[in-house]
Amino acid sequence: MDYRFVKTTCPYCGCGCQMLLEVLDGNLIGTMPHKTAPMNQGKLCIKGWNAHEFVRSPNRLTTPLVRKNGSLQEASWDEALDVTVSRLREIKEKHGGESVAFLSSARCTNEENYLLQKFCRAGFGTNNVDACARL
Amino acid sequence: MTNSIPEIEDASCVLVIGSNTTEAHPLVSHRVFRAKLKGATLIVVDPRKIQLTLQADIHVPLNFGSDVAFLNGMMHVILKNSWHNPQFVSERTEGFAELQAHLEKYSPEKASQICGVPPEEIERVARLYATSECSTILYTLGITEHSHGVDNVKSLANLAMLTGHIGKRSSGVNPLRGQNNVQGHCDMGALPNVFPGYQVVTDENIRKKFETAWNAKLSDKVGYTIPEMMDRLIDGSVKGMYIFGENPALADPDTHHINRALDSAEFLVVQDIFLTETAKHAHVVLPGASWAEKDGTFSNTERKVQRVRKAVEPLPGTLPDWNILCELGARMGLSMTYTSPEEVFNEMASLSPIFSGMSYARLEADGIQWPCPSADHPGTLFLHEGKFTRGRGMFSVIDYRPPEEMPDDEYPYLLTTGRRYAHYHTRTMTGNCPTLHKEFPAPFAQISFADAEKLGLKDGDSAKVISRRGELVTPVRPGDIVPPGSLFMDFHFMEANPNVLLGTSLDPVSKTPDYKVCAVKIEKCPAET
Ligand code: SF4
Repeated sequence: MDYRFVKTTCPYCGCGCQMLLEVLDGNLIGTMPHKTAPMNQGKLCIKGWNAHEFVRSPNRLTTPLVRKNGSLQEASWDEALDVTVSRLREIKEKHGGESVAFLSSARCTNEENYLLQKFCRAGFGTNNVDACARL
Repeated sequence: MTNSIPEIEDASCVLVIGSNTTEAHPLVSHRVFRAKLKGATLIVVDPRKIQLTLQADIHVPLNFGSDVAFLNGMMHVILKNSWHNPQFVSERTEGFAELQAHLEKYSPEKASQICGVPPEEIERVARLYATSECSTILYTLGITEHSHGVDNVKSLANLAMLTGHIGKRSSGVNPLRGQNNVQGHCDMGALPNVFPGYQVVTDENIRKKFETAWNAKLSDKVGYTIPEMMDRLIDGSVKGMYIFGENPALADPDTHHINRALDSAEFLVVQDIFLTETAKHAHVVLPGASWAEKDGTFSNTERKVQRVRKAVEPLPGTLPDWNILCELGARMGLSMTYTSPEEVFNEMASLSPIFSGMSYARLEADGIQWPCPSADHPGTLFLHEGKFTRGRGMFSVIDYRPPEEMPDDEYPYLLTTGRRYAHYHTRTMTGNCPTLHKEFPAPFAQISFADAEKLGLKDGDSAKVISRRGELVTPVRPGDIVPPGSLFMDFHFMEANPNVLLGTSLDPVSKTPDYKVCAVKIEKCPAET
């Protein structure tokens, strides 16, 4: 039996409560508040207490999809990534980097946001990247 | 936030304006309650009788969208009674004379006519805020999600600077950020005008630094904001769009307009963990991993960078989002081969002075608040101590402007929107949590008892809500939360999404859509037979 607690940050609001994810044999089974974190001092709200529940939702996407003949169809990672880059590159070459735009995520990590804006700025020579900070 | 969350409990006066704190930021409201227990005065400024008003010493139910008039009225009173802080004003600010002259015309009587708050009440709030030892302001989307959101924010800054209630422990102006990493993605430069660490794209030296580090030619032109991107998708000048973990098809105002924009894209990529409404429009959908399946960091609303740690393996078939972006970067021929998020963080920190003292090793214990410029710097609990970022704080001269669309004969009710305690954003995550779904399974609109009676609506009845842009049907719940003449809806549910009703009038500076106010008419739906 492999039973562990992994300290992490709540994925919901900007409070940034610290929590412990309860993991049994590789499965996420619960969430507990972190007792000594200065921010939440052993407390979580109803969203935080249930944060683990969506992770293994049956509605999760489990394969890349590529639109073919009008409908989204399952595809391999290689195909999906190749199509993405070749189509974006084609648009850049035909119409300039300004014709591509990126919308970043308030739900993803700092590192991922850094990578996205780098991909946009270095890859397309445009600053067309925004986030729904104002939303 | 200029201050840290735990500091709130030591304030002697907490002014909460446009923030439904108990529902949107539960663990911040907890500190507000503690401040109250320690003897602080709590003032809640909100048109609705939100939960926090039950604990408040004073509830100020001002008219929707009249914040600037109310705040100018407060400042008028403060100056008239010399409750301001002349030392702070002369040492730390500029533009005072202009502000003083401008405020002349905002007598409490004049302000009262606009905001609907009695003059004596404006005076009482002004006195309590200005003369308390240690006053602090908390605000959220109720302030910024207006077509005049920037005016509201500047008015709050005026108020804090005038009274010297900023740049101290437990005292400042504190926007509470809605989503977990809104602070972080701004910090990381996912904005059209700045690189990571708020370094402006128009500065040549800064651009050179990034060009060298990334080995690429970079643009010196400020990019498009989201509303501009959407408009340009429709007019065809933007053709390719990459949407990472967001759901504008549901979250953005004027849904029809957004759907048209998404459908106009020649090529649309969506990277997400669920097949969202937005992903259904895409040409390629890339399945990312959830936060429990990857390493990284988030920055909370008090600027604290904290670790996100991988607890379980990514669901088979998915990839951690940082992997996906590295794969794309490599295919694009960019230097984007990293073996871990830590390596990405180190590159970011090496290019951003406000983060340069941070490393995963230093974040391990409790996280660090930026600015943290060197490896021996402890991080910064509160901002603007002794000096503002730009040197002296600049007062702004702000006039009240009415919201773009106000109720009239044809559309007599005012619709306003917000969050619910059990849900988050468009529910892509919380809707997939069985417990939260049970807690709050369906939307409802809040209406006053008086209007409900007038319209013949009882609890649970369905009403049709119509604006100039769209219509929807929603169950209603009469109560005393919203004032007569208005209607409140949340934006969590697809089946009754108020964004189909809202307009696209934007704040001229920040380009924030007006989410808070729009005119509607309400009709009772015939009972089902
Ligand atoms: S537990 Fe609740 S209050 Fe804390 S970060 Fe999560 S959503 Fe916010």
